[in-house]
Amino acid sequence: MTPENLILTALALPLAASIGCLIFAKQPNLRDGLTLLVSIALLGTVIAILQQFQSGQVIEASWWNFNPGIAIAFKIEPLGLIFALVASSLWIATHVYGVGYMRGNNEKKHARFFACFAFAIFATMGIAFSANLLTLFLFYELLTISTYPLVAHKETPEAKAGGRTYLGILMSTSIVFLLTAIVWTYVITGTMDFTPGGILTDKTEAGFLAILLALFAFGIGKAALMPFHRWLPAAMVAPTPVSALLHAVAVVKAGVFSMLKIGVYIFGIDNLANTGASQWLMWLAAFSILAASLIAMQQDNLKRRLAYSTVSQLSYITLGVALASSMGAIGGGLHIVTHAFGKITLFMCAGAIYVATHKTEISQMRGLGRAMPFTFIAFGVGALSIIGLPPLGGSWSKWLLMVGAADAGQQVMIGVLMLSSALNVAYLLPIFARGFFDGSIKSDADSKSFRENLKEAPILCVLPPCITAAGCLVLFFYAGKIEEFLAPIVLGGS
Amino acid sequence: MMSLVENHAAILVVLLPLVAAPLAMLFGNRSVAFLLSLAASIGSFLLSIYLLMLVKDGAVLSYHIGGWAPPLGIEYRIDAANALVLLIVAAISLAVLPYARTSIEKEIAEKNHTLFYACFMLCFTGLMGVTITGDAFNVFVFLEISSLSTYVLVALGAEKDRRALSAAYDYLVLGTIGATFFVIGLGLIYMATGTLNMVDLSERLASMEGNRTVRSAFAFIVIGMGLKLAIYPLHRWLPGAYTYAPSAVSAFLAATATKVAIYVVIRFMFSVFSIKFGFEQDTLKYIFFPFAVIAMFAASFIAVFQINVKRMLAYSSVAQIGYMLLGIALFSATGLSATLVHLFNHAVTKGALFLAAGAIIYQIGSPLMANMSGLGKKMPWTCAAIVVGGLSLIGVPGTVGFVSKWILLMAALEAGLWPVSLMIVLSSLIAVVYVWKFVEVLYLEPLPKDSQATEAPISLLVPMWCLILATLWFGFDADFTVHVSDIAAQSLFDGRFAQDAIIMGTEGRP
Repeated sequence: MTPENLILTALALPLAASIGCLIFAKQPNLRDGLTLLVSIALLGTVIAILQQFQSGQVIEASWWNFNPGIAIAFKIEPLGLIFALVASSLWIATHVYGVGYMRGNNEKKHARFFACFAFAIFATMGIAFSANLLTLFLFYELLTISTYPLVAHKETPEAKAGGRTYLGILMSTSIVFLLTAIVWTYVITGTMDFTPGGILTDKTEAGFLAILLALFAFGIGKAALMPFHRWLPAAMVAPTPVSALLHAVAVVKAGVFSMLKIGVYIFGIDNLANTGASQWLMWLAAFSILAASLIAMQQDNLKRRLAYSTVSQLSYITLGVALASSMGAIGGGLHIVTHAFGKITLFMCAGAIYVATHKTEISQMRGLGRAMPFTFIAFGVGALSIIGLPPLGGSWSKWLLMVGAADAGQQVMIGVLMLSSALNVAYLLPIFARGFFDGSIKSDADSKSFRENLKEAPILCVLPPCITAAGCLVLFFYAGKIEEFLAPIVLGGS
Repeated sequence: MMSLVENHAAILVVLLPLVAAPLAMLFGNRSVAFLLSLAASIGSFLLSIYLLMLVKDGAVLSYHIGGWAPPLGIEYRIDAANALVLLIVAAISLAVLPYARTSIEKEIAEKNHTLFYACFMLCFTGLMGVTITGDAFNVFVFLEISSLSTYVLVALGAEKDRRALSAAYDYLVLGTIGATFFVIGLGLIYMATGTLNMVDLSERLASMEGNRTVRSAFAFIVIGMGLKLAIYPLHRWLPGAYTYAPSAVSAFLAATATKVAIYVVIRFMFSVFSIKFGFEQDTLKYIFFPFAVIAMFAASFIAVFQINVKRMLAYSSVAQIGYMLLGIALFSATGLSATLVHLFNHAVTKGALFLAAGAIIYQIGSPLMANMSGLGKKMPWTCAAIVVGGLSLIGVPGTVGFVSKWILLMAALEAGLWPVSLMIVLSSLIAVVYVWKFVEVLYLEPLPKDSQATEAPISLLVPMWCLILATLWFGFDADFTVHVSDIAAQSLFDGRFAQDAIIMGTEGRP
């Protein structure tokens, strides 16, 4: 296939799946089966793009002229490709999980749910491959809109309120800050293309650069930088597959990915380092990391705790940009991958627990590990990866971020990262530990055999988190490859 | 035959509906009246595309009516700006007519149907005439044709809701004041210059900046037109008229009438008076600017609290007019281009939204939001149209609303006015509120148990979706619309309207 067609296919497949879900609304098995096939095909397409890209080909495409001189355009670069790879591979796992969850939980309106889900993946692909700010913004907004029905899915008053917060914060930040920032960039530089090394070098003075960076950083509400993080916990009213893929991977990662992409290709890492325009962002990100962790510790609702943990982890990536060192940016890129696998595992486990026992509060989950050993072991693996312990993927990205902080001469940030790891241990491990080691039901459980005790969720809900947990393990060994692959993104400028 | 049509395209776009109107009345059969009107609309639509293609790269056309050369004879003068407006009016008329055929069945007594078509065609004629003419007094004549027929069209809504009569009466009073002001202004400049041809006027006015008669003429013209285009404090007639008129009429008026009025203001400011006039710049700075911003916020804010869907859309129109005025007030080619492209973009969007709202009202018989809960399930196509149209009002990328906002923001930032850009984005957040309020009602409120609602008939869906598809298409591929409005804005700024024009239709004349 020609490169242009490959991009077209990667965009068309999820879009077709979305439409297919509406057409076959009344035939659940056909609908979900087709979507599964499409998700596998999408991964295949992205891998094909990867192969072509590695053979050194330039892969780009542009279709409509939005304005004279500005087109809706796509171009493959390492960062976007990694993001697309993560999103498309996790879509398969989440789709399987989603089918199990929705059926096992007797949720309603499956067709709308899966259609919006596939559409969100379409928007994610668009963000990943976008070649200029306009295209990025287009798909960014599509992602917000297509995920709104998923957040408000249950149609209860809480779901509606959550949906309003979600849409309100994401829309207003993107319209007020991000759009202004994009137009302003265009007015200053006359271009919007993502260019290695950045396009803003020497265009404006440092103070203005800091303001522009602020418009971008707060405008990308999906990166959940404090104080615009409230939408993320609010979005937890959504069914768990949504929380898993969208609010741990696609949506929030689209946010930090955009942040990274804009830092690297619009501002330019060297430019940021030379002007010091990102200093304030670094401190804010550090505050966000620690504050969100502290809030997470106080949450009893499992999904809310995970949501605040996400807020904290996302700021790692923002921090990677703000450090303005090559290692920081690469570490941020790698953290997109490792955190995605870790957090999706945790969310899918939370969902599996809900399907099996209808328990949502952490305090109710004492001793559940014995009944749901697979789920809890997967949870433990995911938690360890988030904390950043070897031999799990999360350790590498944290390591690179620390190296980045050292390179930038910001020793305080190393301390922040270490402190954050300690906080992660404090709010994630107890869930896992209490699952297995709790006195209250011990005597009762001991008398039965292992099989009698087993009360797992349906297989479709248990298998996917086990697979992604295994993924965390595999990532530990392939992190070097990803790092090598990402290295070119920061070479352009120096 | 072809060459005849090509040569006389300028007059035919006005003549076709003008002829269709009395014929529709005379035949007295509603199907015949419909077909005649449709044929006239199709003809005008094709011809306005043809005209736009001729001028889209900056040419100016001049057509002398009856072969009498201006300034004595009446001249039609076409550049990119008014060709674009012609296309808007003709396209909306073409979209609305097939819709009207179905929708008026429930809104207007059958004996009045031919009257409806005749008035519709007259209104259409008037709007096309105002836009195309190069003669200042001719603007007034056509303006009255369109206004008088509009009063009747609005009053036809009385069949369903008696309040249409008082709305039409309000509109009549305010519209007449506006028209009178306008004609007083024309009288004054005629006194001062002795001519009514726009090109001639611009030449003579160029040296009369200090003349008080000219100044007061300008004031009368801007305020007269300001009433017609519903500049914020002069908008009082608009919500009532749009709310109680038959749905098809609301859609047609919302999409065209105010746009044409804005075009007239632009034409008078930039082509007839010269933009270099100091008092014009003051008008922009001290009158248009603040009122535009107030409109953007106040009208949007009022829209949030409306319970009648059509009234909500009407207030949203007042707010959108604020954006168009803001573009003019920024006083740059980019700003003007933003206004012109928004004329087109808003016409498509608001037309579609009024048609969709009308379709719901047609099905459930009530314009109140409270009666529309849960309709997303029963009327998926109509409600999807409302969502897309609403997103365009907000200015979400991928819709035409975004294109307008993009250019307007660019104009504000190019002028270095970042507080203005902030106001533009902040005011569009209010649009999020009123659009989403409606979307939540349609999709997330429970459907009443005894609901009998079904999807609207295909004859309502097709026109609505044609406009929605245009909303999306020109949102992605705005090359054409932006190109035309850039050219139009540039030539308005350069005063190209008054320079050499290609004279059409001389073939076969002595």
